[in-house]
Amino acid sequence: MAAPILIRLIVLEARRGGLPWLAAAALLAALALAGFLSEVALAESRMLQAAVMAALLRACAVFLVAAQVVSSIAREIADKGLEAMLALPLPRPTHYLGRLAGFALLGSALAVAFALPLLLVAPPAAVAAWCVSLACETVLVAAAALFFAMTLAQVVPAIAATGGLYLLARSMAGIQAIAGGAVEPSFAHTLARQAIDLIALVLPRLDAATRSEWLLYGAPPAGELGAAIGALALYALLLTAAGLVDFQRRAA
Amino acid sequence: MTGEQRPLDAVPAWLWTLLGAALAAQIAWQAERHAAAPRAAALPPPPSLQALRLASFGEREATARLSMLYLQGFEAQELDYARLVDWLGVVLELDPRSMYPLFAAARVYAEVADPARSRAALEFVYREFLRDPNRRWPALAHAALLAKHRLKDLPLALRYAAAIDRYTTEPGVPLWARQMQIFVLEDMNELDAARIVIGGLLQSGRLTDPAEAAFLKQRLDELESRLHR
Repeated sequence: MAAPILIRLIVLEARRGGLPWLAAAALLAALALAGFLSEVALAESRMLQAAVMAALLRACAVFLVAAQVVSSIAREIADKGLEAMLALPLPRPTHYLGRLAGFALLGSALAVAFALPLLLVAPPAAVAAWCVSLACETVLVAAAALFFAMTLAQVVPAIAATGGLYLLARSMAGIQAIAGGAVEPSFAHTLARQAIDLIALVLPRLDAATRSEWLLYGAPPAGELGAAIGALALYALLLTAAGLVDFQRRAA
Repeated sequence: MTGEQRPLDAVPAWLWTLLGAALAAQIAWQAERHAAAPRAAALPPPPSLQALRLASFGEREATARLSMLYLQGFEAQELDYARLVDWLGVVLELDPRSMYPLFAAARVYAEVADPARSRAALEFVYREFLRDPNRRWPALAHAALLAKHRLKDLPLALRYAAAIDRYTTEPGVPLWARQMQIFVLEDMNELDAARIVIGGLLQSGRLTDPAEAAFLKQRLDELESRLHR
């Protein structure tokens, strides 16, 4: 019964901290920007609206979740709330997973709220696929932010680490394309390319998830969506496991 | 956000003055700056496709369309067309399913007074059409009309019209598009031909975007008033 209480506390804190207002502001900003840009577009104005709104709302969802997780955990650590909680007769995984479930719920709620306006410019099946993918992406970001917040215990380093991981994962396909593009590869170039390929092995394929092209050109086949979501789930599991290992070793 | 605050008169007068003066200075400074329209010469060479992909962080569709809005900010009449065509090519490669670069090339950049620039834009449309004929034929259909009526180059118009017939294979491509050679050869004025093409696009369901429809209607009106002058 402890996990639902932790989830409720996380949701309550987010509500009191103004997260719904920030989400509403992000929605308004995305709608206004898309509306303005579509007025100056000569063609594909609806596609432009869908692409810009999707890109902006995806970034906002990820940032809001990461900032919420990091600030919440950092505050708990700073005012010794976490220490007090750890003194309770509860298994440590319950503490960690309960919090993660609360943040995952917040991320999923944001994904649903941010997907709704996209119904104005994209078909429902495509929006549904985008929404499910964004929900999974925010769960992954919550897991990463929780891991870094617990490990680093400071707001700025934890947000920087989460943002760095996220941006690197989003751009890794582009980096690999650049690395593989040399006409006459030298030894140093080959070494660099292999190093990049190695780094890519330990990063999630975020470029394959929550794609705007689904909204523009139609929902992805079930296999493609399943693979994207499966990759996100697997990486969220990896981060959760790493976080649990670190949390188990934490001195109370 | 909900913490209690002291009353406003707790703030000393000099601080209010400083705040007001700083705000006034900021507004005055910004009012002096006039947003200059980008000059044609200022269009830089396009970034490489890989660089643009990297900068897009995976949002290639949004980046491609925002790049087109950026290009639109430059005056078409004075652009360096070699550079412009490079830009259009990169944007199209970033999102090959977008019709925006081809639409702009055929409907905006090819409709300039300078025949050499117009030809450069039309050739871009033709080149890119060959890569995906079933999707890109509407731009080439318009290019055929421009070649005939603006450039008065019948062989070029026929080459474009014949390419639509030869390379499109999908049953969804309407008959009038495949038979463009006929009304390129017919003694039809530009307005009537444009009406057929735009009407045909509307009927085929390919023209659904409100901005695109409004733009084409405006072009038809301009054409009509020019021919009636």
